[in-house]
Amino acid sequence: MKLSANWIRDFVDLTVDDRRLADDLTAAGIAVEGISGSGADTVFEMEIGTNRPDAMNHYGVAREAAAIYDVGLKPLSSFGLQASGASDPGAEAPSKSKKSDAALKRRSSTESPVFPITVEEPQLCPRFSARVIKNVKIKPSPGKIAHRLQLIDQRLISNAVDATNYILWEMGKPTHVFDMDLLEGGLLIIRKAKVGEKLKTLDGVERTLSPEDLVVADAKRPVGLAGVMGGYDTMITDKTKNILIESAWWDPLTVRKTARRHEIHTDASHRFERGADFESTVLSCDLVARLILESGGELIGDAVDVVSRRLDQAPVILRVSEVHRILGDHLTGGHIFHILKKLGFNLIPEGEEDAEFRVQVPSWRLDVEREIDLIEEIARLHGYDKFANTLPAFRGAVVELPNAAMDKAFRERARALGYNEAVSLTFISNSDAERFSSASVLELENPLSEEARVMRSSMAPGMLDMLAWNLNRDVEDVRLFEMGKVYELRDGERIEPERACLGTTISALMKSLPADAALDVSKGDNAAAAEAFRLFKGDVENLLAVFECGNLNLDRQTGEYFHPGRSARILANGAVVAEFGQIAESVKSDRKLRQDIFLAEFDLDVLHKLGPRRVEVEAPAKYPAVERDFSFVFSDDVEFGAMQRAVSELRLQVLRSFVPVEIFRGGSIGAGKYSILLRIKLQSDEGTLRDDQIAAASEQIVKALQKLGGVQRV
Amino acid sequence: MPYTVPKLTDYSPAALEHAAAECLRACSEEASAVPNDAELKAFRDRWMARKSGILTQINDLWLKGAPREAKRDAGIRMNELKARIQELVENARVTVGDLAKDSAGRVDISMPGTRRPIGAEHPVLRASREMCAVFQRMGYSIAEGPVVETDYYNFEALNFPPNHPARDTQDTLFIAGQDSKPQRERLLLRTHTSPVQIRTMEKLCPPIRIVIPGVVHRNDPPDASHSPMFHQIEGLAVDTNITFGDLKGTLDHAMKEFFGSNVKTSFRPSFFPFTEPSAELYISCFICGGSGRRGSDPCRPCKQTGWIEALGCGMVDPNVFEFVKDNGYDPKKVSGFAFGMGADRIAMLKYGVDDLQLFFHGDVRFLEQWA
Ligand SMILES: [Zn+2]
Repeated sequence: MKLSANWIRDFVDLTVDDRRLADDLTAAGIAVEGISGSGADTVFEMEIGTNRPDAMNHYGVAREAAAIYDVGLKPLSSFGLQASGASDPGAEAPSKSKKSDAALKRRSSTESPVFPITVEEPQLCPRFSARVIKNVKIKPSPGKIAHRLQLIDQRLISNAVDATNYILWEMGKPTHVFDMDLLEGGLLIIRKAKVGEKLKTLDGVERTLSPEDLVVADAKRPVGLAGVMGGYDTMITDKTKNILIESAWWDPLTVRKTARRHEIHTDASHRFERGADFESTVLSCDLVARLILESGGELIGDAVDVVSRRLDQAPVILRVSEVHRILGDHLTGGHIFHILKKLGFNLIPEGEEDAEFRVQVPSWRLDVEREIDLIEEIARLHGYDKFANTLPAFRGAVVELPNAAMDKAFRERARALGYNEAVSLTFISNSDAERFSSASVLELENPLSEEARVMRSSMAPGMLDMLAWNLNRDVEDVRLFEMGKVYELRDGERIEPERACLGTTISALMKSLPADAALDVSKGDNAAAAEAFRLFKGDVENLLAVFECGNLNLDRQTGEYFHPGRSARILANGAVVAEFGQIAESVKSDRKLRQDIFLAEFDLDVLHKLGPRRVEVEAPAKYPAVERDFSFVFSDDVEFGAMQRAVSELRLQVLRSFVPVEIFRGGSIGAGKYSILLRIKLQSDEGTLRDDQIAAASEQIVKALQKLGGVQRV
Repeated sequence: MPYTVPKLTDYSPAALEHAAAECLRACSEEASAVPNDAELKAFRDRWMARKSGILTQINDLWLKGAPREAKRDAGIRMNELKARIQELVENARVTVGDLAKDSAGRVDISMPGTRRPIGAEHPVLRASREMCAVFQRMGYSIAEGPVVETDYYNFEALNFPPNHPARDTQDTLFIAGQDSKPQRERLLLRTHTSPVQIRTMEKLCPPIRIVIPGVVHRNDPPDASHSPMFHQIEGLAVDTNITFGDLKGTLDHAMKEFFGSNVKTSFRPSFFPFTEPSAELYISCFICGGSGRRGSDPCRPCKQTGWIEALGCGMVDPNVFEFVKDNGYDPKKVSGFAFGMGADRIAMLKYGVDDLQLFFHGDVRFLEQWA
């Protein structure tokens, strides 16, 4: 919102320069965000809070300035441009206003109302004022008016329409001008619209009205959408001779609803829906009339002023003790009185030793209804920075969120493993929602785009997008993790399960493979994939080790977006805690990913319930360990897991570990088979193992492996 | 010139002292310059050999030849000397040889270090955690709440009545299919973390001090300073006798902790439906020191004003307390303050990031800088 510094100075004599004025207004909450132009053309870019419609105009800002600097504010009623019927477009001096006042008064002696107005909705239109001017000359606005309006980016239309706009920006009250001769029946009715009734508004749009819309109508049809926009068919044109000026007070909620229903936002609706000044309807009519009369025409009769009900602005009781409770106790009753008085509040001291005030709120401050509203006014005008900084005492304990320690450990591990913490947007497309989860999802009513219609029900799409972002920029070694919520409907209720997602490109994964750590020494893609999988699985295991998972069970029941042969689901105590593996070829090609991607998804809700891993301490062994290697050939359908189970079922006291050391396919090993070198570590707590003990354990293990179909190579 | 044991004629204490010192110095010099294993053996033999080692010679030449009256004193001194020399000889190592080996196996210390990858903390979350920690040290506990909220918690209980113009400023994203519900139950994406104020006050009686980090959404198309999803940090303190000065003091302290102790704060009036009086907190620009200029260039982060808008805050509006009055929040008895800031924004300020979108791409070239 732009305001002219010079125009503000019409109403208040200030010694400070424009920059200082801007700073001081800002400090009092009438924010000047920027200054442009210079001299008489200095323009303030204002940021006025939605609660302060009274300050969204030059006079309102002048009123604030008068309070800040404790100087007089010129009354609007004594103010104005020359208003005689004589054409005097150059007349710009505000000092000749007395004459026009007299002119207005002289004509106010007519007995019957100059224009009949019926208010059928007194609750929604408590006050409706009007003025009639005849024999006007419609032409461009005089120079000063035109210049000022242009300075604040207002479009010029004609002297009559510009007059309403000028007064809106001068003192904040929206008004409207009708071509009076086009009002059927020579009357106005304030009523609700009828079903199916139509109105072409000033913007040229034909609108079908709702029975909840409040309209200004003539004898036949609506001629204006109350407080929002006038009608096209009764607007001022070059041919207009006689004008009816309207200035009303409209119910804010009704204006707001109508503006929203018809998707129109005007300077008028903006002010009416925030509450206009009830007492300024007649004054604003007069000010508009004066401006129009500058270009000729004559005022007919008195102002019409239909007051159906008065606005209730009950006095507010302000206790000095309450000011002290909220603001601290440095302001005296005298300070308080002085500050509020300057802003136009009327204060009557009450109670013992004037402990409180009965405060009458000015009609332009509909935002002030409560004691706290007055306290804010006091603080604002006193100056926020003048209150001393203090620190409050506290009695209470500081508590962490229940899962904070686990989440922190997870994050730190992920980072230690080389994964960068990432944040992706919360929205995904419908097709991704279907592909990556089976949950029922939350859709947005007003999404930013079709691709962002659904609240994410999986972290996977966001992770894949981030990986693609890097790959598309020739960044190949990418490791990312994200922790956050997904959004689902379960049994009709919204839930926000917490998840973590790990994503890496295969090149980043392979670079982290230590030299000589490869297990599968055979050639071919599958061997490489097996190594990559194993590396990624290690990262997943390291992360799961944050939690009390116990023994992990793996199966192959993963989502369809995973590679069926290179992905696994992990269960701890029967609950699914993670799914991980290489993504499916179809996902890779659909997203044009230039590399194989490995993804892991963790169900943090389940993991949080398992709790943090408890450390069970074991003293380091006292006696030496012995290692023995066995080389076997197995059929491909015997997985290492089966060997591990078979060996653990032996329940050998001395077996400390059983691990694969090398795998080989091809060469002398027949198709459908593989050779595996297995290493056991034996150790006793009771003493150094003897040869016969080692031999006995080894024999049992060999037999168990042979039972699985393994053929030992010697 | 290898050391030879001189004959002694003068057995005065001073002369004995001098002779012993000379001998010890010679031994020490030889011990520190043994070039290889063979020389080490030769060194040991020369000094310690039983038949003609230097120690034996000393025994023969100095002690045996001593006049009777000096024998006792010479004996004590010679024993001390022997012990010192024995120690030197035993501890002697091949020194010149080590040096030679090391210089032959020299590595290029200027080669770049092989850095095992360490993942970085996300800058926004890092800033958010740091800011929360500042408040935790002042007695604040962390609180959380749902992202998909009801109209009641996001608006109504925060003193945004239905159809209030202040709702327009929030650019809300709504969940579809809510029309059949009463307005206060309709779901939307919270536009601020403030609903957690209400949720927490419903659960906990005063006094409370909470700080609330979390994601929020607005219907803002993405650009350098807007994102439909961003992060906020909210704070709330309620007790008896909390004043506007406490609000100012607390936030002044927090800004100094987070941005540096020389940062100054200034509060300007503002409007939020759920606080009154409301304020915007500005901090003096820590980039240009408040001057508005960097050398001859204008300072961009503060738009040359020397001040940067950091957060919104205010005293909790009594209307908000009315919604949780039954849980001990009688606005006549308690007062409090609340504040809310954009974590993304303070991260941009703290780390000098000028494009908000950089935070949400997962671009490792950007993220790794915080590793
Ligand atoms: Zn600066």
